[in-house]
Amino acid sequence: MWPSSRATRVAAATLAASAWPALAWAHTEAGRAEGFLAGLHHPVSGLDHVLAMVSVGLWGAQLGAPAVWLLPVTFPMVMALGGMLGLVGVPLPGVEVGIALSGILLGLAVLAEWRPPLWVAAVVVGLFAVFHGHAHGTELPQGASGLLYSMGFVVATGSLHACGIGIGAIHRWGWGRVVLRAAGALVALAGCVFLWRAFV
Amino acid sequence: MSGRRTLATTAAVVLLPRIAHAHLVNTGLGPFYDGVSHFALTPEDVLPAVALALLAGQRGSLAARRALFVLPLGWLLGGVVGLAFPTIGESPALTTASFLATGGLVAAEARLGPGWITAVAASLGLLHGYLNGSSLSPAPGALGLVGVVATLFVTVALAAALVVAIRAPWARIAVRVAGSWIAAVGLLMLGWSLRAG
Repeated sequence: MWPSSRATRVAAATLAASAWPALAWAHTEAGRAEGFLAGLHHPVSGLDHVLAMVSVGLWGAQLGAPAVWLLPVTFPMVMALGGMLGLVGVPLPGVEVGIALSGILLGLAVLAEWRPPLWVAAVVVGLFAVFHGHAHGTELPQGASGLLYSMGFVVATGSLHACGIGIGAIHRWGWGRVVLRAAGALVALAGCVFLWRAFV
Repeated sequence: MSGRRTLATTAAVVLLPRIAHAHLVNTGLGPFYDGVSHFALTPEDVLPAVALALLAGQRGSLAARRALFVLPLGWLLGGVVGLAFPTIGESPALTTASFLATGGLVAAEARLGPGWITAVAASLGLLHGYLNGSSLSPAPGALGLVGVVATLFVTVALAAALVVAIRAPWARIAVRVAGSWIAAVGLLMLGWSLRAG
């Protein structure tokens, strides 16, 4: 026996009102820009990441072709691989130490104008990129628009490299080389602070 | 009986249209422009299309010309199949794999012959066309698909022509960097998909 028609109508209207909009809006464009902007903001939100990524560009500019383009191609791809590992929950020990070491070593490489073989430079950059990517991957928020967030994230990372390469263009002048080496020293110093913080 | 009918009607109203309209963009300008907007606002479709255009452009004018016609034709064919036999769900893993692989080929500046470029273009077109057709099947339908394919044609023409015309070494490197960014987005998306799964 069904209840009175009025009570049924009220129950049905309540059900419709509560169930109607949630599924329908699950995929609309609303909130997608937020995903892109959040992704764009994430890599620039931490000084340790910013310094390391700009340093990759500075070092690439010092090394010249083909490193100047190989390193910025390597870093985002390997960092994305590290991000993927972080997203799926694969543990990576010593992430904060690795990030701090990246600042120290990349800063020292710029300071010393270190010129290793190309593959060594690519391996060094790739190794540190895994740590940075993993840290980002584990920090990514739940429920964001994955694709747009990832696009913003990669664009911001690549732009930081481009900033480093742009700044590194002063390497052609004598005073510019000195300024770049001083910048490398500052990055290495900041890396030491990050390392100290990682252990405290 | 009246109560039972009311409940049945309510259930039908609640359950009927949601999934079908999940992805659509309504411009108010008609189904063709809804299709144009659908493509332009769907990065899952734009990324593989741009990646293929860059890859074809890297391999020269013959490969670019083939991609320019094979990709939209494959998209149209897949779309017609999708309109006729729509799939229920989405395939994020497949779409991610498509632009991850294509972006990786661009980053590596893979020396693929025109035949391989044609095969990649056909595969991408059929896959994404089918998924597009499925999502467009309730509305805007066939005209929407035409809008999608027309926008795709213009996008591929512009991007591939730009790359074919490039002579400066730094500009060719910029194309490879763009490919590496697309591949990096694909890797991150793979992580998102695995986490969500």
